[in-house]
Amino acid sequence: MSGQEQIRSNRKDGADPVDPVDPPVAGQAQQQVNTEAVDSILDDIDTVLESNAEEFVRNFVQKGGQ
Amino acid sequence: MKRIFGIETEYGIAFTQGEQRRLGPEEIARFLFRPVVDWGRSSNVFLPNGARLYLDVGSHPEYATAECDALPDLIAQDAAGDVLMTDLLARAQQALEADGLDGRAHLVKNNTDSAGNSYGAHENFLVRRTMDFTHLTSVLLPFLVTRQLLVGAGAIIPQGIAADLRPAESNRAIPHGAQTTAPPRPGGLVYGLSSRSDVMWEGVSSATTRSRPIINARDEPHADAEKYRRLHVIVGDSSMAQTTTELKVGSAALVLDLIETGVPIEDLSLQNPIRDIRAVARDLTGQHRLTLASGRSLTVIELLGIYLEHAARVVDAGDHCLGDDDSAARVIDLWTRMLQAVESGDLSAVDTEIDWVIKKKLVDRYLQRSEAGLADPRIARLDFAFHDLTPETGMFPKLQAAGLARRVCTPEEVSSAVENPPATTRAAIRGRFVAAAHEAGRDFTVDWVHLRLNDQMQRAVVLRDPFASENEQAEALIAGLDRPPSPYSA
Repeated sequence: MSGQEQIRSNRKDGADPVDPVDPPVAGQAQQQVNTEAVDSILDDIDTVLESNAEEFVRNFVQKGGQ
Repeated sequence: MKRIFGIETEYGIAFTQGEQRRLGPEEIARFLFRPVVDWGRSSNVFLPNGARLYLDVGSHPEYATAECDALPDLIAQDAAGDVLMTDLLARAQQALEADGLDGRAHLVKNNTDSAGNSYGAHENFLVRRTMDFTHLTSVLLPFLVTRQLLVGAGAIIPQGIAADLRPAESNRAIPHGAQTTAPPRPGGLVYGLSSRSDVMWEGVSSATTRSRPIINARDEPHADAEKYRRLHVIVGDSSMAQTTTELKVGSAALVLDLIETGVPIEDLSLQNPIRDIRAVARDLTGQHRLTLASGRSLTVIELLGIYLEHAARVVDAGDHCLGDDDSAARVIDLWTRMLQAVESGDLSAVDTEIDWVIKKKLVDRYLQRSEAGLADPRIARLDFAFHDLTPETGMFPKLQAAGLARRVCTPEEVSSAVENPPATTRAAIRGRFVAAAHEAGRDFTVDWVHLRLNDQMQRAVVLRDPFASENEQAEALIAGLDRPPSPYSA
């Protein structure tokens, strides 16, 4: 894990530096694409939510921090 | 103008039970920190990237980024913390299985557990000692009360605001979900901006957990105390989207800039900031009316618009502290678009950039699909999954991959930040020392300001200037690491 010899990459790298790395999806299809993508992610997590939500939530208790 | 900033993140520990016994957070924390203790013989270490990694009050793993003087460095260093935690989590899971334990450990980058216990994401900003601290906090406070509209994490919170604003249970927010141990409040649940707002009890004070303030006034500069002090902001939410982190820290830093560069700004002090912070958290429209100490009345959008106008001028004048003009332009741009989006009621222009908007889209869609209510445990579980770093049950990497959560730095920049400190601050020296001393097998002691070899304790190198990335004594100490200590070094 030695960090001695490496130099950090220049933050000015990149074609269009004002935009974040992931450009927004353009066009009228955006909303549709969005909903499909959201549905796909919710489908992925559905098993987790259906299987143990109550048990998980009830037990996620920890002392507070700052 | 130059400034040092950093972020401290406390992570929550959760567990999905298997066939066998349930593991508590303390036990999971021990598994998590096993590789840390193996590496540094302590559960409180500084890393080669200059950051501090430790186990905080309440068994919360905490990662404090190295000092950064440029916002892109901070975003990368903060994201590196998530990578380190995810790695520790994977190793803990293997160790659990090797010990014959089933079930799954989780690290949750949020700010509230199911019982409403709160833990923080603290922002640190270096400010000049010459600045009148009371003036500084009085200008900053109304901004911090309302900033949650720009960068809140989103939370399911009770609609009603507790009438009693005394900090009787100040470390406890009112939880969502059915398994509440806190007294119920009338009015049901709403989707709000931040759960952190309900555990804030003062504007500025030196308390942290008992009567938690928005700004912690504890004066620990970790630098030349005659020149600097550290402003410790503890009201913020942990952010998942890098664009949210960028706006959260960038906007606050710009407000500090306008104060420190002496931009004249009208008195925007609020008559009742603690009452307001709770009301703002429950208003997604930005139309909540704030009563100023002057008697003037402004909506949240109007107030944030005044700060934006001043901040934009600081950026135009090239006088900002963000260390990178593109970042500054992005902060102003997203701040502007966020206020426009909230005002118009159409959040689609920011729904891949701001945590509370991204999460709201998921919650809304889930409610639509499942006909569950906000109090359904599945909604609480969904909220946790948004913040969960566990690869199988966490959603955020998937949101990023699907383009539903935008990034500011590349995965390569984040990987680099796991290994390497920011190049332009004191952290570069600390990182070099830690890496080299570890490589040489030498015992050392490090904090934010000092570097020491344990067999030469009297020769501590003191790094009082956080802006200096080079130091002759430190270089000599590093250069001498391979040599055994001189008998004359005393």
